[in-house]
Amino acid sequence: MSKEFWRWTESRWTAPDKDWRNGKIITAGADVGSVSSQAVIMVNGELYAYSNMRTGSDSPNSAMNAINWAMEGTGLTLDNIHYTVGTGYGRVNVPFAQRAITEIACHARGANFMYGSTVRTVLDMGGQDCKAIRCDDKGKVINFLMNDKCAAGTGRGMEVFADLLGVSINDVGEFSLKVAEEPPPVSSTCVVFAKSEASGLLRQGWSKEKVLAAYSSAMAHRICTLLERVGLEKEFAITGGIAKNIGVVTRLEKELGIKALIPKYDTQIAGGIGAALFAKAIVEKEKKK
Amino acid sequence: MVAVGIDCGAKTVKVVLMKDGQIIGKSLVMAGIDTKVSVKEAFDEALQKAGLTRNDVDNIVATGAGKKEAIFTKDIITEVAAAAKGAIYLNPAVRTVVDVGAEEGRAIKVDESSKVVDFAINEKCAAGAGAFTEAMARALEVKIEEMGPLSMKSTQVVPMNAQCAVFAESELVTLVHSKVPKPDMARAIHDAIADRIISMVRRVGIEKEIMLIGGVAHNIGFVDSMSRGLAMEVVIPEAPEFVGALGAALAAGGK
Repeated sequence: MSKEFWRWTESRWTAPDKDWRNGKIITAGADVGSVSSQAVIMVNGELYAYSNMRTGSDSPNSAMNAINWAMEGTGLTLDNIHYTVGTGYGRVNVPFAQRAITEIACHARGANFMYGSTVRTVLDMGGQDCKAIRCDDKGKVINFLMNDKCAAGTGRGMEVFADLLGVSINDVGEFSLKVAEEPPPVSSTCVVFAKSEASGLLRQGWSKEKVLAAYSSAMAHRICTLLERVGLEKEFAITGGIAKNIGVVTRLEKELGIKALIPKYDTQIAGGIGAALFAKAIVEKEKKK
Repeated sequence: MVAVGIDCGAKTVKVVLMKDGQIIGKSLVMAGIDTKVSVKEAFDEALQKAGLTRNDVDNIVATGAGKKEAIFTKDIITEVAAAAKGAIYLNPAVRTVVDVGAEEGRAIKVDESSKVVDFAINEKCAAGAGAFTEAMARALEVKIEEMGPLSMKSTQVVPMNAQCAVFAESELVTLVHSKVPKPDMARAIHDAIADRIISMVRRVGIEKEIMLIGGVAHNIGFVDSMSRGLAMEVVIPEAPEFVGALGAALAAGGK
């Protein structure tokens, strides 16, 4: 079998200085996306542990795998978690969740936690969709626009290119910046057509770096139009898998003329964090009753 | 009078040779890396079949996405005009021409004199072109020419939600895992592309007769989905992929 260049690195993390046993409220967020799944565990509203992995062929299993991996080595079991919110494309299929909340709301809420209350525009670049979200200082959604119909401008499109060029998806961003001069963007919008256009460019003698640069700037341009339609307001934060692609992010910033906030957390867990925070709010509300 | 029409498509180059209004030779070659070479190859092959040389040719007109690559032609016409001319020549009762090629889809409204009344084109998205069926055939590990016959064996309707060819491929993988029979998947694929094309046809208006041209018209599964979706019969010419080249040849002959 050929090497799977689209395969990005899965990861998990636990806060080194925290113990969930000292926590009053333990909540979880499970974000089951079309390409990746994350489970985030929060103790008293602080990030305690998370996992980030590829979504399998069925959502319930993917959610279970993610939460089990997040709990691994912590001594936590599902019984210790007071409340779980499911989100993402497969949010209704999270077996251990008590509620499902849309990923739009969760990403805005998560970005507010991750980047601070000054965030007004969140761009979530996911595996099979792209969302531009406007929110207030509480992380509440004011307006949003999304593309979930077309692979252009999504992580899946970049995976297709990683495979075509034989460059690992983890490296495509850096790789695309290794060009002396920025080539014109690929002219096809459709990923299928862009792929044949890229094959033609390779045959003409273009380097892989140059082809990736041309695709990355086309992708950045497409995302820009989405942001312009929703109305870009500072501060601006990017979440999702493509936020890790420096080639796309740099070109996007350049075209928008605005810098995105530097992430302190794994950008893929924004939805999961938002879900876990909503879970906490629900627990607190129930306690007051 | 010997007139030649060359249609440089995204995937294939087609040549039609006409003498005094009658087709006397045609050829089809794959569009290679260098379109100019493929055009030359197709042209020479058509000449050879007709027993002619380049000196016998009075006029040449090119059409298709790569029409400017046919450097030895004297003239070019648009794909829309070529399709309209070709279709009316074959069947004067046609009022709507639907042309589905490898990378483009077109819906054209014509009058009896083959004048284009209105048209719509999709060249931006693979979901409304032959490239869609090709990508899906690859995902199903079925030869493209087997897709049609396969889908005719379908016994149930399986919905496909994805519009995008890239997403549809992932969706197919899920269907494969849930053991959906291949014929049903093939039908779902043809229904999906027909759906996209029909919404484009509706933009120009549906008027009888409807002729389906372009290479994808060879796919009986797609034709079936089209006539079901339109709720009417569609006319398929004998050599649907040559209609554009035929139209160009007619233009070269002064028609």
